[in-house]
Amino acid sequence: MPEKEKHKFKTLRQILDKHGDDAGSLIPILQEAQNAYGYLSQEILDQISRETRIPLSQIYGVVTFYAQFRLHAYGKHVIKVCHGTACHVSGAEDISLTLSEELGIESGETTKDRKFTLETVACLGCCSLAPVVMVDEVVYGRLTPGKAREVISR
Amino acid sequence: MMGENAAPKIVVGLGSCGIAAGAREVLAAFERELKRQGVRAKLGRTGCLGLCYREVLADVITKSQGRISYGNVTPVMVPRIVEQHIINDKPVEEWIVLGDGYTTPDTDFLTRQYRIVLRNCGRIDPEAIEEYVARDGYKALQKVLAEISPEDVISIIKESGLRGRGGAGFPTGLKWEFTRKAKGDKKYIICNADEGDPGAFMDRSVLEGDPHSVLEGVLIAGYAVGAQEGFIYVRAEYPLAVKRLKVALEQAKSHGFLGNNILGTPFNFNIKIKEGAGAFVCGEETALIASIEGRRGMPRLRPPFPATSGLWGKPTCINNVETFANIAWIISNGAGKYSAIGTEKSKGTKVFALTGRIKRSGLVEVPMGITLREIIFDIGGGIKDDGKFKAVQLGGPSGGCLSADLLDIPIDYETITQTGAIMGSGGMVVADERTCMVDLAKFFLSFTQNESCGECVPCRLGTKRMLEILIRLTQGKGEEEDLYLLRNLARDVKVASLCGLGQTAPNPVLTTLEYFKEEYEAHVRERRCYAGVCTDLTVFVIKDNLCKGCGICVKHCPVEAIVGKRKEIYHIDESKCIKCGLCMEHCPFDAIYRA
Repeated sequence: MPEKEKHKFKTLRQILDKHGDDAGSLIPILQEAQNAYGYLSQEILDQISRETRIPLSQIYGVVTFYAQFRLHAYGKHVIKVCHGTACHVSGAEDISLTLSEELGIESGETTKDRKFTLETVACLGCCSLAPVVMVDEVVYGRLTPGKAREVISR
Repeated sequence: MMGENAAPKIVVGLGSCGIAAGAREVLAAFERELKRQGVRAKLGRTGCLGLCYREVLADVITKSQGRISYGNVTPVMVPRIVEQHIINDKPVEEWIVLGDGYTTPDTDFLTRQYRIVLRNCGRIDPEAIEEYVARDGYKALQKVLAEISPEDVISIIKESGLRGRGGAGFPTGLKWEFTRKAKGDKKYIICNADEGDPGAFMDRSVLEGDPHSVLEGVLIAGYAVGAQEGFIYVRAEYPLAVKRLKVALEQAKSHGFLGNNILGTPFNFNIKIKEGAGAFVCGEETALIASIEGRRGMPRLRPPFPATSGLWGKPTCINNVETFANIAWIISNGAGKYSAIGTEKSKGTKVFALTGRIKRSGLVEVPMGITLREIIFDIGGGIKDDGKFKAVQLGGPSGGCLSADLLDIPIDYETITQTGAIMGSGGMVVADERTCMVDLAKFFLSFTQNESCGECVPCRLGTKRMLEILIRLTQGKGEEEDLYLLRNLARDVKVASLCGLGQTAPNPVLTTLEYFKEEYEAHVRERRCYAGVCTDLTVFVIKDNLCKGCGICVKHCPVEAIVGKRKEIYHIDESKCIKCGLCMEHCPFDAIYRA
């Protein structure tokens, strides 16, 4: 393996070593790899498959099954619009429409400048503050379309 | 509560909701203010007390006044609280939500509750094991290890009448007994913390507010069934819960409550945290097991049940967070005290996440047998903005919507099941006249359809076809026949699906069809949505008497659909209107509404 390549996979190496042959560690490996690299590229998946001896097809099956995993690079900030029940009855749809309009992207897409990715999630569990939006790890509650615009302009 | 230390203590509620409402800023403001005014006081944190509608909550504990809770605290209010309450010993009365000797509208919210699961939430620092231990934490574990045989532990849980709080309500003691009697060299305990129902957050609050109570329950279960290893499967969307659990595990280990030779006995037990990766179906026990094993979270046919063949084929006992949080209390207080609460077949308490169009939303723990009316109107204070009650949705996407004439039914597993809803994990979302029931059914079905794992045909295709019908209805393209088709399809999916997800997915549709039939009919026959939710079936109207002719709506209309002159009354040209709602949003006089 060329030197540069080795360096690139150093973090992945550490993740794989940490889990060793633990049964059932595929999902934690994928989670940690995604945390480290931002998303799961083809070469990362290849490498995981080689090291764990789990067929790539099986890994791909797992990756596409769970909503958390992503196969493409995301924007710098991830905006998650909660569409749980409480948010739904409190106007989550209007929040989504406003943000889509403001950013010029649909849910699941990333802006061209790679600054924002817009996502819809089922429930963030902050129902009493509905409707809510989570930007990266921060939750903003009791939103109106106007306040939602304010949040992303920051 | 103050111990020997006489310094006043300030405790800020730092659950996810509190943080979202600005609790960290409030905590920082207290820190600054104490320094600035040169006051000696302790600063602490706690989890969620359940009064979510009053977040941010901050408690001030002094020797003379006891514990006083302030609600809707913002950093601006902090200097006055410090000066008036802490320095001059005069609580700021108008901001108090709870306190000895004070009666506020919020008192009702707590006095009608019976707190077992939430006994420590909002009272202790979840990241300090000492505070849990100080409130008799781990005493039940000590008692069990010292003097009660595993068989007797199971008998106690059976006698208590505790049933699984994850939704299905299977008797917990019986589940433990099956796992204990199952043959296997290794056995596992799994704590299901994959709280996926939108509108439910009781498990999150317990994990964030009192993680040790869950660990203690898991440990006692491990001892009772003869397991040495446990897993807590937590939803990925709950980062704070994961963090606090990790802290709790470390602390329990260093205090000798976890690991090998627990409390000097031969009992060994270890707990691992497994983070979910975002799949609703993993709340189903066999799918959850597949996920822990590192596979796609697809359910399988039962039997065999996990109690005989679960994780890696070994006997496995799976219970939900709330179930485990009851265990230590039952052991300490006795099965009799627990079974004295509730109805004949549903014992103890249940935690509900009361949300939606309600005045006081939050977490409530109530004795079984209480009526929906008591929860919604007495504890929850009724409908927001004094609106009219329309429906209450129980049990999330697997549950159902009940109408006003069912408000007086008692809460127990059997009665709720009879209505077509389910107890579920405890989500209780209140809807008023502004909620369209057809749209709500569509909302739940689009959720379950999206989360259907695709393994069995009835669920994979059935939910899709049902959703298509509902979309047609909300677009005003539905026909009379669709209602008949929808009902039949719903019944088929319910009987033919492989796992709980598919078997319960039709519930929101069937219950709304049953209790709100006239709304479906209005969508079909009149092409109208009276709640003003389904965009294609509504029109925007400018109220003549409220319009001031300012013209702001005209500026915001992207399609020039608003006609009229400045300083006169404007009108909306329906043929041009694209129903984006921007005019309504920007009108400074609330003169525009949906009809």
